Amino acid sequence: MSISKKEVEHVAMLARLEFSEQELEEYTEKMNDILGYMDKLNQLDTSKVAATYHVLPINNVLREDKDRHYLDNETALKNAPDKKDGMFKVPRIV
Amino acid sequence: MSNQWETVIGLEVHTELKTKSKIFCACSTEFGGEPNTHVCPVCLGMPGTLPVANKKVVDFAIKAGLALNCEIKEFNKFDRKNYYYPDLPKGYQISQFDLPVCGQGHLDIEVNGQTKRIGITRIHMEDDAGKLNHEGEVIAQAESSLVDYNRAGVPLLEIVSEPDMRSPEEAAAYLEKVKAILQYTEVSDCKMQEGSLRCDANISIRPLSATKLGTRTELKNMNSFKALQKALEYEVERHIELVEDGGTVVQETRSWDESKGMTVSLRSKEEAHDYRYFPDPDLVPLVIDEKWIESIRNSLPELPDERKQRLINDYDLPKYDAEIITSSKDLADYFDHCLDHFRDAKKISNWIMGELLRLLNVNDKEVADCPVAPKELGELLHLIEKGTISGKVAKQVFEEMFASGKNAKQIVKEKGLEQISDTGELEKIIEEIIAANPDPVSDYKSGKGQAIGFLVGQVMKASKGKANPQMVKKMLSDKLG
Repeated sequence: MSISKKEVEHVAMLARLEFSEQELEEYTEKMNDILGYMDKLNQLDTSKVAATYHVLPINNVLREDKDRHYLDNETALKNAPDKKDGMFKVPRIV
Repeated sequence: MSNQWETVIGLEVHTELKTKSKIFCACSTEFGGEPNTHVCPVCLGMPGTLPVANKKVVDFAIKAGLALNCEIKEFNKFDRKNYYYPDLPKGYQISQFDLPVCGQGHLDIEVNGQTKRIGITRIHMEDDAGKLNHEGEVIAQAESSLVDYNRAGVPLLEIVSEPDMRSPEEAAAYLEKVKAILQYTEVSDCKMQEGSLRCDANISIRPLSATKLGTRTELKNMNSFKALQKALEYEVERHIELVEDGGTVVQETRSWDESKGMTVSLRSKEEAHDYRYFPDPDLVPLVIDEKWIESIRNSLPELPDERKQRLINDYDLPKYDAEIITSSKDLADYFDHCLDHFRDAKKISNWIMGELLRLLNVNDKEVADCPVAPKELGELLHLIEKGTISGKVAKQVFEEMFASGKNAKQIVKEKGLEQISDTGELEKIIEEIIAANPDPVSDYKSGKGQAIGFLVGQVMKASKGKANPQMVKKMLSDKLG
């Protein structure tokens, strides 16, 4: 399995990353190395191994349904680059 | 519209659960708080925070699943659905992808007297997004938007149906039934106007004999049952017109524009969804054992279909009445409470289905906010039964009760609406009517029996509806006999 420069560009876009032409070359190569290693793992016969959904052998970590107040509005907005009327102000969406 | 086409509809229903706290943190789920006051580092998506699932959300998911006849999955897990949008501070929604909490189920709907079974594909748990307030008429014109994260992290169930519905009416009936079941089980209050019940639809058409599904469009932004039905009707016609004119339906997401009464394409230039689901490493899997399921099963209340059957069996109500009354838990409770004060179930049902629902509808009120309590409706029905007021006057009194909150006795007394059952008084009016209507009188005398109806009507009119119609009819026929 190998991926093209175009696919790396796509993944970068999904992650909102911008790469220069040189970086793109570099990451395509690196990602192909990683995928090559995955291919090696795929050579193992795992037909008798159950899928791993979590690395810890723990289930059902749950909390009771109790509510509590945590942040006031001012603190909640403290890191906001821009705000208005007690809300986070974000630039044009579409 | 051409009728060689079959419509195929599937619905995705999102419902906010009635928990006190959010799904992965302890912030309040209360609706309508000041913006960004029910937030914490977890639901604001701060780096390094860890979610912990709310047990009640799982309880409610199992409960809804059992009520919708779903298989409860022993092993299920949470996954991240990745996308960027300002209402989603983490950059991903925590949802369930390939191992949801509930598998296949079904519910029965009734359309035009026919019962039809609609399949449910799955139910999964997820967190809601924040609320965007665009600073402009519509999003496309807004230079900026304001975000309130109070809703971010409110627990949601997504209930996905099979593409089993064949008309917009069936889709509306399905949504009504889902809503009723969620309300009966008390997992959600299902207020469409507050967004605690939301619905997206997948719709396609195909030639009547075809087995393969046509290309579908996904409809969003339908905020009421009426909007759902109108949007689907619009879309069916659009598909048929397109195909009959030799075009093809494009698979896309469309938004219902209520003011224009049409669906509009949501730009698809952005690339196809690529959510890159993967198991959320911050949340461990859920294992639901038989004991847990049983304890929830034991807490299930009477569901709409059972309640409907009970009303038919115990009170001899027609199926139609029972169906309407049990369509909402509040309405069914109202009916039951009326029975504590008046024993004729069919009369109560007539009043609920007639005047009560009509006035609630006209005044845009919910049953829970009905100004006439069951006890007061019971008293009104007693007044009719005792002959104190006529059925016609009773409707007038009921309207007044609804508007003013006064009780029936008070209104009847204040307005002098008691029925006239006094023979002397009636005699006087009847004499006048006979004198004033020689033609109908001679018609009746010459054997045209139906003419008496007109005369009774005239007496009722002259008495402003207060005469006792049975007595009037008897006295008239005795006199003219």
